[in-house]
Amino acid sequence: MHSDEREARLEERIAEWRAYLLGHQTIHSADVAELEDHLREQIDGLTEAGLDADEAFLVAVKRMGDLDTLSAEFAREHSERLWKQLVTPGADTSEAETSARREGVVAVALAVLAALLIKLPALFGLDFVEDGAFYARNLSFFVLPVLTGYFAWKRGLLGSAMLRWLGIAFVGAAVFANVYPFEPGGSTEALTALHLPIALWVAVVGAAYAGSRWRETAGRMDFVRFSGELFIYYVLIALGGGVLMAFSALIFQAIGVDIEPLFESWILPCGAAGAVLVASWLVEAKKSVIENMAPVLTRLFTPLFAIVLLTFLGTMVWTGAGINIEREVLIAFDLLLVLVLALLLYSISARDPQSGPGVFDVVQVVLIVSALAADAVALQAIGARISEFGFTPNRVAALGMNVILLVNLAWSAVLYIRFLGKRGTFPEVERWQTGYMPVYALWAALVVVAFPPLFGYL
Amino acid sequence: MEINKDLVAASSTPIVLAILAEGDSYGYAILQRVKELSGGRLEWTDGMLYPVLHRLLRLGLVESRWEVAESGRRRKYYRITADGRTHLAEQWRQWQAVDATLRGIRDARADAVAALRTIPSLLTFTGSVTYA
Repeated sequence: MHSDEREARLEERIAEWRAYLLGHQTIHSADVAELEDHLREQIDGLTEAGLDADEAFLVAVKRMGDLDTLSAEFAREHSERLWKQLVTPGADTSEAETSARREGVVAVALAVLAALLIKLPALFGLDFVEDGAFYARNLSFFVLPVLTGYFAWKRGLLGSAMLRWLGIAFVGAAVFANVYPFEPGGSTEALTALHLPIALWVAVVGAAYAGSRWRETAGRMDFVRFSGELFIYYVLIALGGGVLMAFSALIFQAIGVDIEPLFESWILPCGAAGAVLVASWLVEAKKSVIENMAPVLTRLFTPLFAIVLLTFLGTMVWTGAGINIEREVLIAFDLLLVLVLALLLYSISARDPQSGPGVFDVVQVVLIVSALAADAVALQAIGARISEFGFTPNRVAALGMNVILLVNLAWSAVLYIRFLGKRGTFPEVERWQTGYMPVYALWAALVVVAFPPLFGYL
Repeated sequence: MEINKDLVAASSTPIVLAILAEGDSYGYAILQRVKELSGGRLEWTDGMLYPVLHRLLRLGLVESRWEVAESGRRRKYYRITADGRTHLAEQWRQWQAVDATLRGIRDARADAVAALRTIPSLLTFTGSVTYA
């Protein structure tokens, strides 16, 4: 064997050894560098003593000792490392660390930008409290373009044709949100305020997040994971912000200063906008650091929701009570389906597609089927009496969303049952879910674009 | 002769500190020095030296810095601190106390053995007195 070849093979084996060592959570990269220096020195010493490279490598690795025992020893010395930390301690100024720091700086700068953007209309005399309708319609435009920009920067989309299309989508959406002569306080305005963020989130932010992978199942699934984690982080940050605000209100009250006006017009909107960026950055940064929370909550709540729904259906059959059609009932069943869909999505997102069906999958199917049954009963009751109520924009929007969710869940249930019966594969369920995502964006866009003129801007 | 595991573990701190007291060093060189000084009787698993070094770092007995070695690789050097020297002196006294105790026991036993050895001759002596 040629000596260059020998050298290359040795490097390859050292690289494997290093990768194995890096797989241990308790051994950090700086420690691996230290141990690798030791290993190389040992190999050099042994080669000088007459061993060939292969033998030297084997002896050096053997002398280093069992790596799992070593890892356990490191764990005893650095027990804090068993708790994954977001900010890795920096004994060395490696490249990864400087790039992580740069990303933090960019994210915080963008958060400040979003916070300033949301105060921009105030320069033109639009008050956050008094002109609530304007802010409600346009809420997406203060935060989502900045977030899209952040992902475009991260995924290297700056200056690409895709980013131009995303920009056009924002401009188009802004036009539709603002040119229609909405009746003040009307339902179509409220529907726009509700559906615009959905459409932009799924179609535009999703595309920017997945970057070049936006057509792929895996890319979309990553976006689903990101959305769930972002939601959890945002709620946590909001809780922290609430505590901070309550505390400041208390201590300022002690010196006779009322900070509520400042809170309403500055801290709340700026904080809420900036927190989206900060939370997004945290989710991105800690992806590999901390266990994802959404699937954990899903595991916890799927059986509980299944029990509640089964009890509900059982009670309904037992008492023979029909569903009481009130105004909110459709919304309630929409929310139920959204919830079941979320539980399904996040259990899919954390599942190993290769593993076979288990008990949890059966619970999942029970949950979906019972939700579908409950929804079918509600739909039937509404369908029978909808002519009495008339087609208001709210009812059509809620009904449309219900049908879309129903189709999504019904076909998921079919695919899932086939998977349980070993007649289908799990990736089929996954592909169906991610393939269906654009339907939500399209429906939301339809509500924003077509509903106001259709219903006379009421 | 192989030295007992517990003893190796207990002696690792003073040995590492004593070697660092001779001058700054790094992992591989410290191990080489241990082998040289013990004549190969103290066999350490190479990797296990590093958790020991890190414990000493945490306790503030040594400090570390990264340098680029002549091989071009980055290498972590260790230096003993003032606290480390105090700790070493203390450990030194403790080991000497243990050593002195062991020696004392051995010497006492040697005396006892020597004393026992005299018994047969004493017996012979007394016997000769009695039966003479």
